[in-house]
Amino acid sequence: MNVISLSSFDLAIAASLLVVLSLLSMLLSLGLEKKIILFSCRMTAQLLLIGLVLRYLFASGSLLLVLLMATVMLLAAGREVWARQQRKIAGISGFTLSLGAMFVSSFSVTALALLVIIRVEPWYTPQYAIPLLGMLLGNTMTGISLAMDRMTDQLYKQRGVIEQRLLLGQSWQEASRDLRSDCMRTGMIPIINSMAAAGLVSLPGMMTGQILGGTPPVEAVKYQILIMFLIAAGTGFGVISAIWMSGLLFFDKRHRLRLEILKGPLK
Amino acid sequence: MEPNSPSPCRPSHSGVRLQVRELRFLDKGPFSFIVAAGECVGLSGRSGIGKSQLLRAITDLIPATGEVFLDGKACTGFLAPAWRSRVTMVPAESFWWYDTVGAHFAVEEEGGNLLKNLAALGLDPQAVRWEISRLSTGERQRLALLRALQKEPQVLLLDEPSSALDAHHTGLLEDFVRQYRERTGAAVVWVSHDPDQLQRVASRVLRMETDGLTEVSVSFPEHQEREE
Repeated sequence: MNVISLSSFDLAIAASLLVVLSLLSMLLSLGLEKKIILFSCRMTAQLLLIGLVLRYLFASGSLLLVLLMATVMLLAAGREVWARQQRKIAGISGFTLSLGAMFVSSFSVTALALLVIIRVEPWYTPQYAIPLLGMLLGNTMTGISLAMDRMTDQLYKQRGVIEQRLLLGQSWQEASRDLRSDCMRTGMIPIINSMAAAGLVSLPGMMTGQILGGTPPVEAVKYQILIMFLIAAGTGFGVISAIWMSGLLFFDKRHRLRLEILKGPLK
Repeated sequence: MEPNSPSPCRPSHSGVRLQVRELRFLDKGPFSFIVAAGECVGLSGRSGIGKSQLLRAITDLIPATGEVFLDGKACTGFLAPAWRSRVTMVPAESFWWYDTVGAHFAVEEEGGNLLKNLAALGLDPQAVRWEISRLSTGERQRLALLRALQKEPQVLLLDEPSSALDAHHTGLLEDFVRQYRERTGAAVVWVSHDPDQLQRVASRVLRMETDGLTEVSVSFPEHQEREE
């Protein structure tokens, strides 16, 4: 395990690439230079901060702090999923829904991995728990927000068809079956595609990191396979529960479509 | 309603089939009226007054206060899908979700009954095989009626059912609904802007205002006792 430590100068060379890119953006009047600089600074600050937090967390190894950190990460992921919706569910229920889906997709799967598969002692060892949770949150988020976004959008656009089916005496489950399975597929396609491309087209980030860190490739690959399984399962469970819970929100007990829970019309 | 029916017994073709009591929705109402078994009641009123919403409230598709009874049994006593299968609304604009007409009909319906009904409404018997995209507005309208009748509803709420039809096909549709009503004892609420049509199909006509319904004379639907 001998990693070549990066100096600030090394990072500065990489950062200069972005300076060149900003200049180019100005020349081509793309108007992206401000964003490039702002967000690269923000990313640097966020990552440095998390580096410090993780150093402290790893040193302390306390269950309470790990849970606190995990909760903060979960809340951030839930907010991110909610913020990515084009048509948002008004009030707290929209956020709760995103949060619930992220909990299913990441929290439960991480807990399973720590307790049953990796069996690290103690199970909340932050070196395992935090990166694992982070990876699951980050990777399942895309699928879940895609599926939920499509669900609200399709319910809005196809309200005529849905109401017609309800009028003919179908239950809300029947009336929205095609639409819901379509949304679930939309949410799961990206992870299925990335499983297909893994190793051939893309070298997954975690594996690359471990190899750079000196882990033998086959060990790194085994961890990557585990992660892919967990992400795929987490995305699937998360998407299914998100769509099911959306259904419960959008239809009331009398099987009526209640689009008024959406936040106003789009401008 | 009918003098020779002492009690509103369920399976018979007499008695009160649909009762709407103090129904309120979207700042409108209260609306109260009854329709006897086998009766057709017309519903008129200016555009935008909420006739379609009233039908949607009766079929329990939008939240409303007040009560609706089918043969004396309250709407809340039914599961919503069961209620809508019995008190069925045919909206002015129909929606279709499969590619072909036939896919929207139950398999056993594709046989004799459906063919007979298609002919009665002046539709091609081949229409079942057609794709939805090639249907005309009038064809959609008539097929939507047949689709709604599959479960033999006891109450039929028709929202301008012949708005896209010519005089000949309008006549076929009116006859068809009358025969259905007489055969099954179904109650019909018929929304239309055409006073002549309501006079033909309905035994009574109700005029809708935002604060309630008034019965108007069938022979002169434009003449009301209480007009604001």
